[in-house]
Amino acid sequence: MGLVLAHDTLYLTVTDDPHALKPRSFQTASSLRSSRLRRLQVNHFSSIGYKMDWQGQKLAEQLMQAMLVAFAIVAFIAGYALESFQTMLLIYAAGVVLTSLITIPNWPFFNRHPLKWLDPSEAEKHPKPQPASSGPKKKASKKAN
Amino acid sequence: MLFQTKQKDYEREGWAGLEAEQQPAKFSSEAKRRTPNMHSFGYRANALLAFSVTILALICGIASFSDNFNSPSPAAQVQVLNINWFRKKPDGNDEVSLTLNISANLESLFTWNTKQVFVFLAAEYKTPKNALNQVSLWDGIIPSKEKAKIQIRATNKYRFIDQGSNLRGKDFNLTLHWHVMPKTGKMFRDNLVISGFRLPEAYR
Repeated sequence: MGLVLAHDTLYLTVTDDPHALKPRSFQTASSLRSSRLRRLQVNHFSSIGYKMDWQGQKLAEQLMQAMLVAFAIVAFIAGYALESFQTMLLIYAAGVVLTSLITIPNWPFFNRHPLKWLDPSEAEKHPKPQPASSGPKKKASKKAN
Repeated sequence: MLFQTKQKDYEREGWAGLEAEQQPAKFSSEAKRRTPNMHSFGYRANALLAFSVTILALICGIASFSDNFNSPSPAAQVQVLNINWFRKKPDGNDEVSLTLNISANLESLFTWNTKQVFVFLAAEYKTPKNALNQVSLWDGIIPSKEKAKIQIRATNKYRFIDQGSNLRGKDFNLTLHWHVMPKTGKMFRDNLVISGFRLPEAYR
């Protein structure tokens, strides 16, 4: 039993298929580069905290939307009251910069509920799932479309 | 399409049938290497950029809409001080030169969303050939509310030439038009008619 991450989806896996994938050695950087399908490597911009967890991503998105709307409202009211279009634009621009500083980098407070990956020794006891011969496949192909 | 191919491999052969990189990671260290960051830096930056520009468009639209609540009350007065000359050109069209005294107070046209006001003075009259003739005699740009009280004494900036020879003894209006040009959004335009002018009966 365990959590497996594939195709950006989490799967819960249970199997006792003797042909299931055995643990492989790590792929080296050069083999990654030479593989036909190039996948993005880990984003090295995220030097502050390693990455966000799912809760953090949701928080980041909500925070971004809320902050931008709030700054827009404040900017409009200030500009209208002071009769200055430039004031409105400046307050809004400051809001955009502040929001991007808070929302875009991987701050630690976005990683408060990190995923619990299995211990390697634990994962070895539960080999990969085998495909069912009917049923779930239809669901899988529907998902691909 | 590539994804569907992978899916068929999975249906036939299970995880083992997928490309090496498509197979799910067993260890978190493998996952970190082979899957991209969901909601990565670039994704969030793009989302923020798109959303902020959309919200900016929205507040500019509301700012333009707020111009509708402005009820302007401009005042203007024009006098023809002198008719400098009045002749028939060699090509058969009449031409007249005037000295004008234009005074106006256009301060109430300005809102917080006004970039400038374009104002021009047009002579308007009727001829047998045209129901309405409008000839622009003078124009100017008012860049700010401080400069909105204008007092001009000048000859006409643009020539007053008729289409034909109809100007002798003609009654005409001098209409002050203005276009309020916004910083964003809709441009408003209006005019003020000052009537009671008449050209002489004979050429001078």
